[in-house]
Order: sequence, then C-alpha cells, then structure tokens
Amino acid sequence: MRRAMLAVVCGVFVMASARERRAEPQGGATIAGKIKFTGAKPANPKIDMSEEPKCKAKYQAPPTEETVVVNPNGTLANVFVYVKSGLPESYKAPAPAGGVTLDQDGCRYHPHVLGILVGQPLEIKNSDGILHNIKAKGTKNRPFNISQPTTMTSTRTFTAPEVMVPLECNVHGWMHAWLGVLPHSFYGVSGADGSFSIKGLPPGTYTIEAWQEKYGTQTASVTVAGSETKTQDFTVAGK
Amino acid sequence: MISALLALGLAAGAPFPLPPSPLPVQDTVKGKVVYEKWCAGCHGETGAGDGPAAAYMLPRPRNFTGAVYKIRTTASGQLPTDADLLRAIDEGLAGSAMPAWKGRLSDAERRDVLAYLKTFSSFFADTSQHVVALKFGGEPGGGTSAEALKVGRQFYDSIGCRKCHGDQGRGDGPSAPTLKDDAGFPIFAADLHQSWRFRGGATAADIYRRLRTGLDGTPMPSFSDLIDQKFLTDEQLWRLAQYVRSLSPARTPEVRDVIHAPRLAAALPAAPGDSVWDRVDRYWLPLVGQVIRKPRWFGPAVSGVWVQAVHDGKSVALRVSWDDRTRSPDTTWLGFERRVLETVAGDDSGGGRTAGPFPDQLAVQFPRRIPEGMERPYFLMGTETDAVYQWRWTSAGGSGAAGGAVGGLARGLERFDTLPGGPAAQTSYEHGEWRVMFTRSLATPDTANELQFAAGRAIPVAFFAWDGSSGEHGNRLAVSTWYFLALDQPTPPRVFVTPVVVMLLTLGLGIVVVRRVQRRQA
Repeated sequence: MRRAMLAVVCGVFVMASARERRAEPQGGATIAGKIKFTGAKPANPKIDMSEEPKCKAKYQAPPTEETVVVNPNGTLANVFVYVKSGLPESYKAPAPAGGVTLDQDGCRYHPHVLGILVGQPLEIKNSDGILHNIKAKGTKNRPFNISQPTTMTSTRTFTAPEVMVPLECNVHGWMHAWLGVLPHSFYGVSGADGSFSIKGLPPGTYTIEAWQEKYGTQTASVTVAGSETKTQDFTVAGK
Repeated sequence: MISALLALGLAAGAPFPLPPSPLPVQDTVKGKVVYEKWCAGCHGETGAGDGPAAAYMLPRPRNFTGAVYKIRTTASGQLPTDADLLRAIDEGLAGSAMPAWKGRLSDAERRDVLAYLKTFSSFFADTSQHVVALKFGGEPGGGTSAEALKVGRQFYDSIGCRKCHGDQGRGDGPSAPTLKDDAGFPIFAADLHQSWRFRGGATAADIYRRLRTGLDGTPMPSFSDLIDQKFLTDEQLWRLAQYVRSLSPARTPEVRDVIHAPRLAAALPAAPGDSVWDRVDRYWLPLVGQVIRKPRWFGPAVSGVWVQAVHDGKSVALRVSWDDRTRSPDTTWLGFERRVLETVAGDDSGGGRTAGPFPDQLAVQFPRRIPEGMERPYFLMGTETDAVYQWRWTSAGGSGAAGGAVGGLARGLERFDTLPGGPAAQTSYEHGEWRVMFTRSLATPDTANELQFAAGRAIPVAFFAWDGSSGEHGNRLAVSTWYFLALDQPTPPRVFVTPVVVMLLTLGLGIVVVRRVQRRQA
C-alpha cells in the first residue's frame, strides 16, 4: 500500500517535472522590434575555400563572411537582443528544454549568432566531415578548443553568463560564431527580416541590449505589463 | 559542543572522510616578493603578461589573469593542476624565453610564487571548477617500428594535422599563415622536426598528452573527444604521438664547435639532394636574434642550421639545411609578417617596420685568411677596417649558374662588397626545408680577399639567416657565433703502419726477455 502510494506520488512528480521541462514561457509580455540599418552597406570579405573543395562545392557564388548581414528589406540580421537587467533577483529560469545546436556546414557556422542558457548543452555538429576545430574564447567561461576531424557531434556546457563567447575555427580562419550565454531565455536573434522578439516576460522595466559583432551594443529601457507586446526598434548606422 | 561531538565521532571511527594530508604551506605574501623580483619583468606587475620585456618576445609571456595555460594534464577548458604549473616553473618552457627556475629559486620560493600567480585569476578561487588530471595510460611498446609509424602517419593525415603542421610537419600547412593565439598575437604551428623546442617536452608521452589536452589559448585543439567517440583508439593516438616524435632526431642535437669535412675519394656531391650527404655527419648550429646593432631584432625565425661539409683535396662542398615554413618571397604570408612586425618591438619604427615580400637569405662567413692565433675578426660581419669573407645566398637570386649566391666582403652589417669570383650554389626547397649547397675550389686567384681553404687547419666559420616572411632583412636576422670548419687530411700511411711495427717490436722484445729468463733458470 505504502509502496503504491509512493509510486503514484513519484509518477505525478515525474509528470509534473516533465511538463515543466517542456514548457515554453507562456503568457507574459513580449518585446519585439526590428533592427534597422542606415548608411553605407559594408562589403563582407569573400572567403577563399579552394583548400576545401568539399565546402566550396556547396556554394554557387563565392561565399562571404557574415560580419554585417543586411537583409533585402534594409534591416540587419544576426543581432543578439537580450534582457540585460530588470528581472527580479528571485527569478529562476526553467530548466532548458534540450540543447542548442551549432552546425558546421559548408565551412560556416549555422547559426552565426545564437543564445544559450547557463548549463544548457551546446551540441556542436560537424556536417562537413572535414577537420574543424571549435575554439570557445570566453573569459567568464573557461575557454576550450576541441578537434572534430570527421562527421560528429560534441557537447559542451557553459557555467557563467557571458555576452558574447566568441567561437572560431583555426583551420578555417574565416569561421566565426557568437554565443550569448544567459541565466534566462529572454533573448532573440534578428532574422532574415530583421525582426526579433522576446516572449514571456514578467511585468517590469527592463534594460534590453542589442549586440552586433561589428557595431557593438545599444541599450533601451522598456516597461511591460500583463501580456502586452511592446515594440522596441534599434537603428544601426553603417560605417 | 558540536566540535566535541565531531571529535568523538572521528575517534569512534565514524564515516567522516579523513582530512587530506596537509599540503606544504604556500605563502602568497612571500610569493609576491619572489614574483615581483623574478617574474614581473616579463609577466607584469598585475600578471597580465605585459612586463617591460614582454613586447620583445614572441611567443609572449603568459597572461595569468585568464588562467589559460598551454601545458596541462587536464581536459581542454579546465584549469591546470598545481603540478602542471610547478612543472613549467621548475623546468621552464623550451622554445620560449621562460627559463627553468629549479635550482635558481628554493622549493619554498617556487611553491609560494605558484600560489601567488594563482591569485591573478578568480577561476582558481572558484570551487565549482573541476581540476582533475586526465588518466593517461602507459605508452605502448614498439613505438619506433615501421608498423607503428605507419599507423601514426595514417592518423596524422586522417585527423588533419597537416592543415597547420604541413605534410612533413614543418609548420607549413595551408592554415598556418592565418594562425593567432587568443590574445591575437601571431603564432607558428610547431615545427615537428625540432622536438627539443616543444614547450611541454620532447618525449612521445609529452606529445601524447598535448594531443589529449590541446594547448589552450592556441589553435591546437584537444583530441580526447575522438577517443570518447571511438573515432580512434587510445593506442592509435599513441602511435600518432610516436610518429610525430620520429620526425625529430632521437636525441636533442648537441652543439659541437668543429665541423669536420671528410675527404672523399669519390666525386663531391652533385646536388643538395645527393645521397652522399646522407653518409656525412651533420652539425646543428643554433642561431639567435641580432640584438647588438640597432635596429635590433628579437623575433628570429630561423632557430638554427644543419651544416655538413666534404672536400676532395681540390674543392670544398658545404650544405646548409634549415627549416623555414615559407618559401619567400611569398605573398600568402604577408598578413602574418605584418602581425609579427606589429608584435615584436624593436628600435625602428615607421618605414622600417613595413611588411614586404622579402626573400629568404643565408650568409656563410669566414675570415679572409686562416688566423695563426686565436684572433678572429668581429663575428657580426667584421668591421670597417677588418672585413670578413662571405658567401651570400638569396631565394630571389634566380636559377643561374651561381644559384643566387655571391662571394664578397662584409665590413659590418651595413656594408657588403661583391667580389668577382663566387661560390657555385645549388638550392632545393621542399616541405618547409631549404637546402643550399655551396661549392668552391680550395684555392682561388684572389688570395688577398678570398679565404684559401687548407686541410688540417681550424677555419673559423659563422652563419646568418633571414626569413623574408617574418619581415627579416638587413639588420633583422638570426646570427651564430664563430664555429670551426676542419677539412680532414687524407690519413697518412704511417697511421696504419706504426701500430703494427710497435706491436711487432713489443712481441720481439717480450720473446727476448722470456728466452733470457728461461735460459737463466736452465
């Protein structure tokens, strides 16, 4: 009898925790916006992949680096926008739902900019099947450097919030990715239309920061309540 | 009360873990004193690797504030163990400016300074950091067998070592010109033919450890994940380490003062790749940066030359071989060259620090005459009044009969006057190695300026090398001190006859003595 009760209690607990793990931040407020780009559009350096025919074959036009990616609608992609401060001290992020994947495909990183929670697994995948090394150059997190000479996946985690941890491959000097390590999941990365959104925020006043690898950071203060959506655009001037 | 209970519990053999045996006391206050006296000159007062001497070094001194260390026994990303750090302090780091401190500082001083340098980074105080040395198995035997080396070579290729270290391991791989360390300083892929310059030690076991742990802060990654994921076995990684070890001489080359040139009965070698050279002793002569005349040069790229010489009584042939990852002038290394010139401080600035497609160069220096006593001209290319005789070779010299070589007189670093007759030179460049073979007749008509070689004499000789792709030209070069070249004389017949005569005489005398004694007794 006691055992049965214990089993039931355990079962309920497991179910509850499983549900919690799956839970996306529901309800709450949203901060959304676009990253506008003004001024001269800088040309990204072309990548010479002649040493890596396997990668080169994946492109019709010569690939370029992704330092500044201006979308066709004049917005900027690959901008990391996150809540820098404003969450209550007591806020505790739910356990991460699985890992985050960083793929090495065509001798470039996909995605080029990504966010991750402290303790959340980063699945580093080599789809190219040629030698890559993955070097993480954090300063708040321990830096590491591992080799992947074949199609494989390596997993690493990060222990401290850090925006950004630079990732690079030394075999292919043009390969760079940027990893924002946060204690919460209130972040977004601007996409092919230049928009981002940060969902599920508890009510409050937040400092949000937009980070771009060449142009640095900008911040804005946004107050949200209930389940409203506030718009916060950023404008980056090309140099 | 609680402590009393605890004590009781301990006394009763309760399951409390025994406290670890006390470590030798480390004193960071005393460590600071040692650090500031002996270490701060390079590593800086705040441990940021930026002491007054740092700007003249490549590789730069360690920046302790990030707690990122190359030579560890821990996984990539982990802190080093105390033993790892103490090893670097005790033994130094070969191929860098870091000397061995064992014997210079007491055990206590070295321990204290270790404790102090850990205070430069908060990582060491963070108790959540795991610091666990990896468990390394023993080295499998048969590491020098052809079979083992074949397996090693197979993995050298399959895990992509050649991308940076090059096909033959001289650090000339396609990615090599792009390499930077975490601080953005240019970094060379190690020349695997010079194991005595490996920071973490020259043995196969040392190399295996570097493969497992990587060299954090550098482009060299850890290969431990490959074993975990069964891409290769531990033994195969050992074979790779043994293969890498096999690329260097079995023993660290010993520097000898006299280069012996045997006299050949057959013809002199016809080319730098002639098999005759395989049977001739080779001599390792280390080179250092030219730090005497301004502008000085603190980042010499050529760490030494291998020298071999033979003669046939009429002519002398000298082969100089050295590792150079670039066949200069080479525009693919221009970016790297620029970073080297920006990194290594010197006395010159502005135009003098401009990167350019400079050629590689070599100079072999002799006095104009074989000296009678110990007097030799000034080793650094003579002086205005006391010229030295030199053979100069440049990679930009074309492929004419002289092979890019000329003879001439140097009067200090700034002045070189070409003479009409020069040595013949033949050159090869393969997989990061230059071989330049000079040939010249022992005697020449210009006895006033050109050295007249003579067998059985100690002929002073010195070497200078420039790597164009490291921005080396003019005063910016690597230099040796004076050594000696000795052309062996043909062995005179009496060398063989005398011992036989002596033996026969001894035998005869012995017989006479024995007979006399026997006769007396009879």
